[in-house]
Amino acid sequence: MCLRVWPAFILAGCLLAGCANEKSSAVKAGESPAVKKIVVWHWMNDRHCAFDELAAKYKAQTGIDVEFKLFSPPDIYSQKVIAAARAGNLPDVFGILGEKKTLASFIKAGHVLDLTAYMIADHKVWQDSFFTQALEVNVFRAGNSYQAPAGVFGVPIDTTLMQFVYNKALFKKAGLDPEQPPATIEEFINMALAVKKKTGSDGFICGWGENWLLNSLAMEWAINTMGEEKFYQTIAGKVPYTDPDWISVFSQFSKLKDSGILSPNITTMINKESESAFSADRSAFSYNGSWSVNVYKQLSQNLDYAFFGLPKVSNKFPAKIWGGAGSSFMVYAKSPNKDEAVSFLKWLTQEDQQKVLAKATNNLPSVKGCESEVAPVLKPLLADFDNLTHPNNWPAYEDYRVTEVLNKGLQRIVMGLMTPDQLAKEVQEVKQRANNSN
Amino acid sequence: MRENSASDNFKNFLFILPALLIFSIFYIYPFFYTFILSFHRYDFISEFKFVGWDNFKEVLIYGKDWWSSIYRGGFITFWALTFQNMLAFALALAADRLTRTGKIYRVIFFVLPVLSEVIIGLLMQQMLATAPQGGDVLNHMLKNLGLASLTRDWMANDRVLLTTAIVHCWKGFGWAFVLIFAGLQTIPEQLYEAARIDGASWWQSFTNIVVPLLMPVLALVMVLTVLGTMQAFAMILALTRGAGGLTEVPVMKIYDHVRSSQVGLACAEGIVLGVILVAFSFTMLYISKQIRKKYDVLPG
Repeated sequence: MCLRVWPAFILAGCLLAGCANEKSSAVKAGESPAVKKIVVWHWMNDRHCAFDELAAKYKAQTGIDVEFKLFSPPDIYSQKVIAAARAGNLPDVFGILGEKKTLASFIKAGHVLDLTAYMIADHKVWQDSFFTQALEVNVFRAGNSYQAPAGVFGVPIDTTLMQFVYNKALFKKAGLDPEQPPATIEEFINMALAVKKKTGSDGFICGWGENWLLNSLAMEWAINTMGEEKFYQTIAGKVPYTDPDWISVFSQFSKLKDSGILSPNITTMINKESESAFSADRSAFSYNGSWSVNVYKQLSQNLDYAFFGLPKVSNKFPAKIWGGAGSSFMVYAKSPNKDEAVSFLKWLTQEDQQKVLAKATNNLPSVKGCESEVAPVLKPLLADFDNLTHPNNWPAYEDYRVTEVLNKGLQRIVMGLMTPDQLAKEVQEVKQRANNSN
Repeated sequence: MRENSASDNFKNFLFILPALLIFSIFYIYPFFYTFILSFHRYDFISEFKFVGWDNFKEVLIYGKDWWSSIYRGGFITFWALTFQNMLAFALALAADRLTRTGKIYRVIFFVLPVLSEVIIGLLMQQMLATAPQGGDVLNHMLKNLGLASLTRDWMANDRVLLTTAIVHCWKGFGWAFVLIFAGLQTIPEQLYEAARIDGASWWQSFTNIVVPLLMPVLALVMVLTVLGTMQAFAMILALTRGAGGLTEVPVMKIYDHVRSSQVGLACAEGIVLGVILVAFSFTMLYISKQIRKKYDVLPG
């Protein structure tokens, strides 16, 4: 009988062992301090090989092993990082995907090392090497709305920004000047219509099934329409969404819909599908991030395209470009190798390594001095670096309920199911409720 | 016969301990933890703040979108309960007559439910959506068959929910078919023969033998249909990605809230959905019992 009972014990033991916290790789490495190994978790498929090359170079220079572990797709990576944080099992270096609020949560839970002292050492040499907007995403100032402690909590390794992109070949076919992209919304619509009429391609395509792409464009137009101050006042609850300026912003989307330039089913399309269609010459315009250079290169070697700034909807205020927040790495605050991890990140963000990454991945660098290695099509975007805006860098963040209703409403406007006035009213109702409950 | 000693009882308990542990860790604990989370604001990492009934208020009082998603889930469920189950019933009745080849149909019709929901969703997107998302295959086929007048944008705003419901029915009718078919095969042949001898028509046999005896199976099929359809998610996500809210069903909303770290709200939504489904299931079982009572076919 006793013999029969043992398998039950063994199974229960295995189960309990499986549920127990796995010792972090960082701790394992810490058990033998002579052999240092830094473990980095990331989700960036496009640069995993480049990371491995850089790790080999770092080992040759310092004798320290760096292991990059890729977890993809990003959703899975996010879940893994959250689970590891809950289990106290994070690697030495990791990235956090999502809003600044998520980073703030990790900081408040004590998972992220404050890098301020490292950044400002030696007359701020490390801090000053970054483009301000690229670093800003990881900076929390005293009294910030996220209630996180003040400091610098991450190291940006690239910069991304959203831009409009146009197909030069289709421009030529439609008899338009391929070096003259539109500057205003009216020009944009007219050119899109001209291309559509002459070539049969769609006027504008975008992954508006992912509603953050609608949101980012709406926010760019909002700042262009009402200026940054009034825009921030709306988030602070001092200006209502029913303000005529906001209705004007929402109206831009109904204008796009009514013009007939939008690709069919644009609100169910994800960005990958939109990128695929644009690279196959199926649309005159798209709205996409700077990362798309690498994507378009992989999808079509012959795609002739260029980026251009936001088609303005107003001349009252300057346009701002949605961007600055690229990929960042954080150091695990409880890692026994945190000093080595910081040293590695310092090395990774030096000019030489950033040039390797910029060249290998066609991304915009996070540090100054790498302009020579930036892909030609991206070079004009460098001029926009002082003109970026991003929710992660705003003084306050919008309530999730407001953002949810706003994004869905924009989709509905594009689908012709809602008017700008209706959306403004609906968003304001939720905003008032959010203000009351917060 | 020897009575069990305390030692024997302990040893016996050890045998069920692994199962008990698994059940407790993976079912009981999450079940109660969901209730706890629904009363908190929680983001998985640091924020864990008691908010009382706020999440439930958000769902029940202010959740206009939530109730719209329940309506859409209900719409698809209506189609599944009627079109899908009637089709399954009709096919099962037909297959039941084919004593030799009936099993082949069981295999054929069961292929669809076995396939991954995501695969079905993506496949149907290719069939139904226009370029650049899909291949517009169905419209091309209709044109080639000389039925150009029937071509249309199957994913248009006013049609996408119905399209989704039909795809869901197409994918799901195999389950109902297999269950109803199995139920039909348990009805003794002698009952049909006796009815025939008594001069009963096909319709009389159907209404007085098949329906009452099949009622427990039909009730089960209906309950499973409602539970499965109201919780449908993966196929709809792959097919339409919510279609700008037009095909957003309850679980899609829960998923979105989990993804945006609104864990407490997602748990409250899950509980509300659970309560609705449990209430419906008990109602269905009660109705089924009443029908069986009427026909005097209650077991025991």
